[in-house]
Amino acid sequence: MKDNLEGRKLVNQMDVKIETRDVQVFYGDTHAIKDVSVDILDKTVTSFIGPSGCGKSTFLRCINRMNDTIPSARVEGTLLLDGEDIYHSGIDPVQLRAKVGMVFQKPNPFPKSIYDNVAYGPRIHGLASTKADLDVIVENSLRRAALWDEAKDRLLEPGTGLSGGQQQRLCIARAVATEPEVLLMDEPCSALDPIATAQVEELIDELKQNFSVVIVTHSMQQAARVSQKTAFFHLGYLVEYGDTDTIFTNPVDPRTESYITGRIG
Amino acid sequence: MTDITPDNVNAGQTNSTAEAVRRSLSRRNRKQVILQGLGIAAIVFALSMLLILVGTLVSTGFQAFTQTHVEIEVFVDPQEIKSENLPRGGFNNVLATSMGQYFPDVDLSDRAASREITSILSNGAQFKLRDMVVADPDLIGQTIKLKVPTSDPYDQLNKGLIKRDTAEQNRRVDDAAIEKFDRLDELGLVSKPLNTALITNADSRFPELAGLKGALIGSFWALLTCFVISFPLGIGAAIYLEEFAPKNRISDFIEININNLAAVPSVVFGLLALAVFIGWFGLPRSAPLVGGMTLALMTLPTIIIATRAALKAVPPSIREAALGVGASKHQVVFQHVLPLAMPGILTGTIIGLAQALGETAPLLLIGMNAFITSAPTSPFDSATALPTQIFIWADSPERGFVSRTSAAILVLLGFLITMNAIAIYLRQRLHKQW
Repeated sequence: MKDNLEGRKLVNQMDVKIETRDVQVFYGDTHAIKDVSVDILDKTVTSFIGPSGCGKSTFLRCINRMNDTIPSARVEGTLLLDGEDIYHSGIDPVQLRAKVGMVFQKPNPFPKSIYDNVAYGPRIHGLASTKADLDVIVENSLRRAALWDEAKDRLLEPGTGLSGGQQQRLCIARAVATEPEVLLMDEPCSALDPIATAQVEELIDELKQNFSVVIVTHSMQQAARVSQKTAFFHLGYLVEYGDTDTIFTNPVDPRTESYITGRIG
Repeated sequence: MTDITPDNVNAGQTNSTAEAVRRSLSRRNRKQVILQGLGIAAIVFALSMLLILVGTLVSTGFQAFTQTHVEIEVFVDPQEIKSENLPRGGFNNVLATSMGQYFPDVDLSDRAASREITSILSNGAQFKLRDMVVADPDLIGQTIKLKVPTSDPYDQLNKGLIKRDTAEQNRRVDDAAIEKFDRLDELGLVSKPLNTALITNADSRFPELAGLKGALIGSFWALLTCFVISFPLGIGAAIYLEEFAPKNRISDFIEININNLAAVPSVVFGLLALAVFIGWFGLPRSAPLVGGMTLALMTLPTIIIATRAALKAVPPSIREAALGVGASKHQVVFQHVLPLAMPGILTGTIIGLAQALGETAPLLLIGMNAFITSAPTSPFDSATALPTQIFIWADSPERGFVSRTSAAILVLLGFLITMNAIAIYLRQRLHKQW
């Protein structure tokens, strides 16, 4: 509890994007997330680390209500985005997901052209009124995802024909095309080779200028490289949350220390 | 120098492991060989059965693809046929006279003898002549060439299906008739062209005139009705059950019942259709519309099950991707899942329709096995379908229907193979696009 208070003190000076209080998630009878309270900052990369099955992905999927698609999942507690309750009955998940983009573990471009992949979100949300507007959005999104130079000559080729790393950057471009405020990334590099990983990490670093980025990762090196804030999850609890430097060099909780030094996980 | 080391112990263990593996290996290999042998035997058995089936069908059916014709010169006698009386007229007498010119020894005033020589021609010859004259009354008074099918016994004789060396009393054609037919043959009037009547004629009591036109059109209307009803309904039901329905007892119950429905004997659907469509709704009997509705009942579960399987097979990552950018449930289904599932859905649908094409029992119950000599012009007309036509022909006593039954089965098999080929083609093609 002590570290949480410390975190909150620090938070007051910067602006909080997502605020959660006592979040519980149940899958049927399984209590997967227990009492998680965390403040995620704007224009910052926050990484969720922890051993497999600790609930970090589950918690990430609460932020854009992807857990709604699992019939047995139940979320309790408060999750606020810009002070608004995400789980309020008046909030449509569709509207929320336009604001909170997501990149998945395995690159999952639509089996459509590169252009259509990126244009899909803006199209369904009606963000572009003309073809020219849409072209601009597609180009900007691909540029933000550092894919423009590679893709500009093959926009009409299928997105599934790209390499794994390019596909993942295409998925990032697709996610940023709807101008979200938060970008959730669920182990975005776990299916990529080291070179593609480096490119995506570089990209994440640039993305934080415009978005609040939350990344779930299994690689502690990656968390240390890309994030400013780190949250350590263990058995459904948020064990420790704070500045990445502090967590990795001077963790408060003995469990965090054991995980970081490789004794659990 | 000391050999008592853990290494040595391990080596001993390894040896005995290798020994044990070697011993069990031969046993395992033998089992594999036996399994493979059984598999190959099963395939060979199945293939040989298929070959026997197709072989017998082809060997009896090929005879029906040709038909013995005679070409005679006919003087359209103005005494017998008058333009003001058309379509009535003494066409049969005209034919008898023209046959008489090839048999000068036959006294045409002897009705029995006259009938015997005209009976070489099909009963349809007079109608063919009539239709020609009605279409062009100027033919009256002219001499025209008329090529008509022979009647069934002479067709059988010409094809060698009636053996000349059989004792006369056991033969359908007596020696005198054979002699007359041979005389026509010597004059070069007999030919054996492709039997187009098999496709262009509707059913007939006379095998040489009987064709599949009515059955083909009947099957077409029935299948079209079946497709129009079962495709949208089936896909709609499958999408709702798979994507939108809450998973609870009611949807479980529905799912079990759909699976049961797929296993219900087709004759039961026929009884249902008889009671509901014809009994209550008063729809016409023997109509392809009712046939198609009945077949739709049977095809519906097949399409629902195939569609659900195809929807389930779409990777969840695509759904997540679409949901992740903020697509609504309906957009996810119609813009992403359904297009990806389409090859599977189409394959299932075509296989369901192929099943419906070959279905006989329910059509018998709603009267699509009636004897109907004209092709239907709309789905409301009485008609037969391919399988019921086969049923009717197989039941007919005339020899000529034996080969025609096989030929009709070959036509049905041809359509089934074509439909399956289309299913495979669609699956491959749509798959490549994505």
